[in-house]
Amino acid sequence: MKLAYWMYAGPAHIGTLRVATSFKNVHAIMHAPLGDDYFNVMRSMLSRERDFTPVTTSVVDRNVLARGSQEKVVDNIVRKDQEEHPDLIVLTPTCTSSILQEDLHNFVERAQLESQGDVLLADVNHYRYNELQAADRTLQQIVQYYIAKARKRDELPAGKTEQPSVNILGISTLGFHNNHDCTELKRLMQDLGIAVNLVIPEDASVYELKNLPKAWFNLVPYRELGLPTATYLQAEFGTPYVEITPMGVVETARCIRAIQKTLNEQGAEVNYESYIDEQTRFVSQAAWFSRSIDCQNLTGKKAVVFGDNTHAAAMTKILSREMGIRVVLAGTYCKYDSDWFREQVSDYCDEVLISEDNAEIANAIARLEPAAIFGTQMERHVGKRLDIPCGVIASPIHIQNFPVGYKPFLGYEGANQMVDLIYNSFTLGMEDHLLEIFGGHDTKEVITKDMSANSDLNWNKEANSELNKVPGFVRGKVKRNTEKFARERGFSEITLEVMYAAKEAVGA
Amino acid sequence: MTLAESQPSALNFECETGNYHTFCPISCVAWLYQKIEDSFFLVIGTKTCGYFLQNAMGVMIFAEPRYAMAELEEGDISAQLNDYAELKRLCDQIKRDRNPSVIVWIGTCTTEIIKMDLEGLAPRLESEIGIPIVVARANGLDYAFTQGEDTVLAAMAGRCPTKAPEAETAQAKEDRSGIQKLLNFGRKKEEIQQEASEYAEHPPLVLFGSLPDPVVTNLTLELKKQGIKIDGWLPAKRFTELPVLEEGYYVSGVNPFLSRTASTLMRRRKCKLIGAPFPIGPDGTRAWIEKICSVFNIEPQGLAEREAQIWESMEDYVKLVRGKSAFFMGDNLLEISLARFLIRCGMTVPEIGIPYMDKRYQAAELAFLEKTCQEMNVPLPTIVEKPDNYNQLQRIYDLKPDLVITGMAHANPLEARGINTKWSVEFTFAQIHGFTNARDILELVTRPLRRNNSLKDLGWDKLVREEAQV
Repeated sequence: MKLAYWMYAGPAHIGTLRVATSFKNVHAIMHAPLGDDYFNVMRSMLSRERDFTPVTTSVVDRNVLARGSQEKVVDNIVRKDQEEHPDLIVLTPTCTSSILQEDLHNFVERAQLESQGDVLLADVNHYRYNELQAADRTLQQIVQYYIAKARKRDELPAGKTEQPSVNILGISTLGFHNNHDCTELKRLMQDLGIAVNLVIPEDASVYELKNLPKAWFNLVPYRELGLPTATYLQAEFGTPYVEITPMGVVETARCIRAIQKTLNEQGAEVNYESYIDEQTRFVSQAAWFSRSIDCQNLTGKKAVVFGDNTHAAAMTKILSREMGIRVVLAGTYCKYDSDWFREQVSDYCDEVLISEDNAEIANAIARLEPAAIFGTQMERHVGKRLDIPCGVIASPIHIQNFPVGYKPFLGYEGANQMVDLIYNSFTLGMEDHLLEIFGGHDTKEVITKDMSANSDLNWNKEANSELNKVPGFVRGKVKRNTEKFARERGFSEITLEVMYAAKEAVGA
Repeated sequence: MTLAESQPSALNFECETGNYHTFCPISCVAWLYQKIEDSFFLVIGTKTCGYFLQNAMGVMIFAEPRYAMAELEEGDISAQLNDYAELKRLCDQIKRDRNPSVIVWIGTCTTEIIKMDLEGLAPRLESEIGIPIVVARANGLDYAFTQGEDTVLAAMAGRCPTKAPEAETAQAKEDRSGIQKLLNFGRKKEEIQQEASEYAEHPPLVLFGSLPDPVVTNLTLELKKQGIKIDGWLPAKRFTELPVLEEGYYVSGVNPFLSRTASTLMRRRKCKLIGAPFPIGPDGTRAWIEKICSVFNIEPQGLAEREAQIWESMEDYVKLVRGKSAFFMGDNLLEISLARFLIRCGMTVPEIGIPYMDKRYQAAELAFLEKTCQEMNVPLPTIVEKPDNYNQLQRIYDLKPDLVITGMAHANPLEARGINTKWSVEFTFAQIHGFTNARDILELVTRPLRRNNSLKDLGWDKLVREEAQV
């Protein structure tokens, strides 16, 4: 057992659901107790989805515990198949169903006999994998299934597309700024004259998966999702892949050069050097920013970085290599892939921290006292407590990290966004610091609209303590309205009764 | 059968598949740890439970809450690790870091399935570490959302003292309940004795149900006006202040989801339950007070005027909902009381979905609902227990209700289809009890109507593409 207050990566089924629901017309059925369908709330709330999240539960209750699911799971799959006609139903085990050890494979086979659509069991062990690993496995599993199916039916298209083309692997629902990144990557590909063959899993149809081999190469922008799929496609069809995250000016250039090499090896004869140069020096503002005197002021400032592998590694490199900021600590919660992270960042930071324990990170931040933090929502709150500004760069995230406006983290526009994020975090910190030195903007007491300033009304003890229980942001209003009410009725003392009477009368 | 025949207009009860969205009952720790100030809640479960709590509680998680997960690992599941030793290690740490007056263990689906004997382990560990350990099995196999509080309070009912300690005087007994303390603050003893005469002679009354402190104060004052004294409240602000429960005490519930607590109080503690409608809405509050008064043979004073006055002050809101229809998808067990209140406001309610319907504990509320429908001359709603959300959506498309009260999983998709929704969970966190808070219920109910009224001329009420008809 582990005492835990907070977790960075969710349970395995969340990963499976993220991949399944990213596809078009794929339905997931969770084998889970009541209340485990919290994923629907997250998707509907955080990413403000207009459509019903295609996830239902085959409920595990006392009866299932006593007698097994029996027909229940099969019936639920067949029913959903008839109601919504999904192309694929993914039966998703949860922590509860993994310990029940029911033969879900068997259910899937039986349901398949009666269903029009395909039925798959997500092959994920709950106690060994987290959300990210599970998403990775599920994506590969679905791709593999549809490649095998197409091959069996002899529907696999032969050869590559005429023009250079790419599959973008790993864009998914509830991913950090994924939809903006996807737009930016498509734009980048267009600039490079590369056709986008397929983006998976977001918005892809499972029937398109058989076209994956037509692409000249695969691009895997995020370390956490898509790599096993890319290696599978390479082993199966010899499709090369590029796994450099184009985040920051230097890494974007490196990614483009890797693409160039891949294409040229297949006889494309492209040269992107002038594009890189033009973008870097004149179109994107990030390189110029590094040179400007604003950025000079950031030289040697201390920062702590924490997040998933992709974002924490890229951020560390940007801060250190592109802005001359001293990264005193870079960390990741992707323990299962920590070697990669160490290798990526060890040249760019003083200290590496691999941990899933939020207290350990908080303590490290308190000890190091950086001028800014770049982390998850958890680090943002640590920063709040310690009065250190924080830019959010990775999941877990809240609704404010699903902005409506265009905010990619990848590509050249992404580099611009990063500049703003970094610069704003540091200047806010500086401003705060200066204010403290000079004693604030306005040292005079704020003149409130509070009528009680010259009030002869007396709040008795009980009423006063009741007033203090009212949340701060409405307390002033409650106080004003209550006093107004008391004055009108000629009460000289405000008691609990007067308070409630006022509330009833004027909604104070 | 004869009973059903003699009541031809009786409510129509149905039961569906139970495939609906609701919060896991472990969510009760979110409000109970705040209510019981010296408690610590330890949820013994998996990452799934932790992830739910972390996301459901939003910002509360960052405020160093007095709750934590005992996250089970593979070794715990396969019994390679000793449950007792593991729990002892964790509880020792909690004692060291927080020193609470009680640790509440919340059993989950996983502890049920692997049959971890929490009730057996607790007394042993309790005597070893010297902190009371209360066990509540608030799991998704058996319960929905607010029923979590019910399992915790039922377990706490066993911890209420049976008798006030000998040395404790009447004065000290009064001090037990925080509200009495508050009301008597700074006053002399004689004054308090004098005040005692403000109350009618009646047997001790203990109320059960966790409410925010301002609502507790409010309801206490409301009963005080009738000369009724509340001897205690389950739960109190602190675990160490749990009320005395002697045989023959009267108890009354303030929330509709407390049926286990009610039966525990009756069967184990030999208390007498006052079955009343719940004090939600001015109609409910009046009926609740009247019922308590009638049990104590007290003639209620001024309730009719009080109710009328509240209705009058809410007229601006009532106007907005009058004649409109509301559909409850069902997820928190407040549905019957809220529907009854909305029908009194002049709404029609075609369907009341509800996770679980205890017809005995809610008997008075159900009768009141029926009576309200007759008086308002509206058709009786269908009460759908264990609803099926998919079927409900089809019915919603057919009925086109003016307002759907539903969970967050369905709210945005319904809004995108031009259907007004109110997020049901807000009713569990807002202050909705008593005369004073009636307006707050309507504030919630009318909010989508007011918002959408101001948008209605913009021509973008339907924000999804029409689905192609196959």
